[in-house]
Amino acid sequence: MNIIVCIKQVPDTNEVRLDPKTGTLIREGVPSIINPDDKSGLEAALVLKDKFGAKVTVLTMGPPQADLALREALAMGADRAILLTDRAFAGSDTLATSSVLANAIREMDYDLIIAGRQAIDGDTAQVGPQIAEHLDIPQVSYVEELELVDKSLIIKRAFEGGYFKIKAQMPCLITTLTEMNTPRYMSVSGIFGAYREKEVEKWTIENITINKETIGLNGSPTKVKKSFTKGVKAAGKKYEVDHKEAAKIIIENLKEKYII
Amino acid sequence: MDFKLSNEHKLLRTMYREFAEVEVKPLAKEVDETEEFPVETVKKLARYGFMGIPIPKKYGGAGADNLAYAMAVEELSKVCGTTGVIVSAHTSLCAVPILEHGTEEQKQKYLIPLAKGEKLGAFGLTEANAGTDAAAQQTTAVLDGEHYILEGNKIFITNAGQADIYVIMAMTDKSKGNRGISAFIVEAGTEGFTIGKKESKMGIRGSATCELIFENCKIPKNNLLGRVGKGFGIAMKTLDGGRIGIAAQALGLAQGALDETVTYTKERVQFGRAISKFQNTQFQLATMDMKTEAARLLVYKAAFYKDSKMSYSKEAAMAKLYASEISMEVTSQAIQLHGGYGYTREYPVERMHRDAKITEIYEGTSEVQRMVISAHLLK
Repeated sequence: MNIIVCIKQVPDTNEVRLDPKTGTLIREGVPSIINPDDKSGLEAALVLKDKFGAKVTVLTMGPPQADLALREALAMGADRAILLTDRAFAGSDTLATSSVLANAIREMDYDLIIAGRQAIDGDTAQVGPQIAEHLDIPQVSYVEELELVDKSLIIKRAFEGGYFKIKAQMPCLITTLTEMNTPRYMSVSGIFGAYREKEVEKWTIENITINKETIGLNGSPTKVKKSFTKGVKAAGKKYEVDHKEAAKIIIENLKEKYII
Repeated sequence: MDFKLSNEHKLLRTMYREFAEVEVKPLAKEVDETEEFPVETVKKLARYGFMGIPIPKKYGGAGADNLAYAMAVEELSKVCGTTGVIVSAHTSLCAVPILEHGTEEQKQKYLIPLAKGEKLGAFGLTEANAGTDAAAQQTTAVLDGEHYILEGNKIFITNAGQADIYVIMAMTDKSKGNRGISAFIVEAGTEGFTIGKKESKMGIRGSATCELIFENCKIPKNNLLGRVGKGFGIAMKTLDGGRIGIAAQALGLAQGALDETVTYTKERVQFGRAISKFQNTQFQLATMDMKTEAARLLVYKAAFYKDSKMSYSKEAAMAKLYASEISMEVTSQAIQLHGGYGYTREYPVERMHRDAKITEIYEGTSEVQRMVISAHLLK
C-alpha cells in the first residue's frame, strides 16, 4: 500500500505576527513544527505501516527550510520525503497550493492520501479537500478513527455532537484530526538515519506538469484585503470571591446583557 | 573549529527534550520518594532507541555517536537524575565493553538485546574492600573444564536486580595483581548468582543499587570478555567512556537546577519585586550559567574526542571532575536562591542537589579524576 501524507510546516506559536503591508505571516525567528493535524495524519499512516506494511511518502510545499519538517517525518518512520520548493510557488493560496500538490501526487502511485484537517496558521481546512477534487477521488474529512478491513477503510468521521461511520474504498483522501492519536516521538536511529541514510527530494516546477497561470501569487484567486491583530475590547474586571459569590456575579452579568 | 551542533544533533535535542518533559519529568518526584525503579520509562526509552545510542545498527543500536549519547543523558538528567544513570550505566558500562571487547558470538547473543533495550545491563567492579583500589579484588574466577566458577561479592552495583546482563570483574590469578583480573559476562538467573542488599541512598533513589553475590556460580568458558588477565584494562577503558556519561548526568542536573531557578526567581516576589530583579540574583545566575556552559564544553569535547577515535581519557576525566563539582555548586546555589522553599520537597532543586553528590563519587571519585589528569600531565 502506498500512502502519501501531505504536511505543512507551521510556526510554533500562538502569537501570530503579520506583515502589515502584505498581510502574510512573518515566519522569521519563530520556531517551526509539523502542523499538529498533519502530524496525527502521519501517525495514522505509520500505524497502518506497522500493522499492514506500507510505503509512506511525506509531501510538502514550502520554502527550503521546510526540509526540517520532512526530516522529522522521516525520523518518525516515513520512507520517502518530497519538498516542493520553487519561487514560482510563492504566494500561492489554498487553491494554487492544492493544485501544485495534486499535480505532484499525479507523478506517484498512491492508495491513500492523508492531509491534516487544517493548519494552525491558516485554519482554512481547504487544501486537503481541494486535492481530492483535483484528483477526482473520494474524500472523507474530519477523521478521528481509522481502520483497514479487507482493503476498505472503516472511518469514524467527527460531526457536530455525533459522528458518521463510513466505509470507503481506496484510492481516496482523508483529512485527520489531532484527537485521532498521539503521534510517536522521533527515534534516535530515525533522526540519524533521516540525515545520513535518507534524502529529502527537492522538486521544482520542472518535476510536475502544471499550468503556470494557476500557481503562485498571480494564480491565486484569494486576495487578502486586510490583516490585523484583534484588539482587546475592554479591560476585564477581577473579582476575588468564593465560588458561590462567583456564580452569582456571572448570572447577574449574563442577565444584564440579556444572554440568559 | 566549529561549536555549532549538526542538524541531526539539533533535532535529537528537540526530541530528547520533548520526551524528557512528557515522559520522564512528571515521574521524577515519585521515583525519588518511592525508590522504585522506573520500569515503564525504561521500556519507552527502549522503544525510541535511548538504550543503544552509540551502538552500531548491525548490533541493534541507533548507530549514532557519543555526542548524541551524552546529550541524551544530559537531557534526561535535567529532569531526573535516576533516569540519566540508568541509561548511562547500561550503555557505557555494559553494552560498550561488549561492543569493544566481545567476540562476534557474544555481540550477537548479548549486545543486540542490550542495544535494543530488550535487556538491561550492569557492571560489577567495586567490592567492599576494593573501591578506588580496584586491584584489591577478592572475587575469583577459577577455570574448571568448560566453565569458570565465580566466588565473591560486589557492592554498589547500579541497575543490579533489574539488569539481565552483567559485566563482572574477577581475579583469575591473584598473584598477578592488576594483571590477574579478567572480565566476564554473567546472565541474571545463573545458578549461584544472587542479588543481595539493596542500598537506601541519598540521591538517584529510583536507581537500583545492590550487592551481587556469587557462590559457586558456574558460567560458560565462552563468557570470558576479552582475554584472560586483561580485565583491569577493560575496566579502566570502560570507566573512561563511562565518565562521559556521568559527566553528562552531572551537567544535566546543573542545567535542570538552573532552569528551575530562572523560572522561580522571575516569579518569587520580595520587597515588591521579582527576586530576579535584584543584582545578587542576577550575578548568581550568571555564574551558574557560565559554569554549566563550561562543563558542557568539556563534556561535548570528550564525546567528540571519543567519536573521532582520539585519546579521550584525560578529557573524560576533566569533564567528569568539572561537571560533577559545578553540579554540586549550581544545585546548592539553586536551593539558596529558592530560599526555604528550595529546602523542601515541593521544589525539585533539593532532589537535584542530592542526585548531584554521587557524580563526584561513582565511576571514579574526584580524587581519581585528578590522578588521571595529573598522570597525563606528568608522564
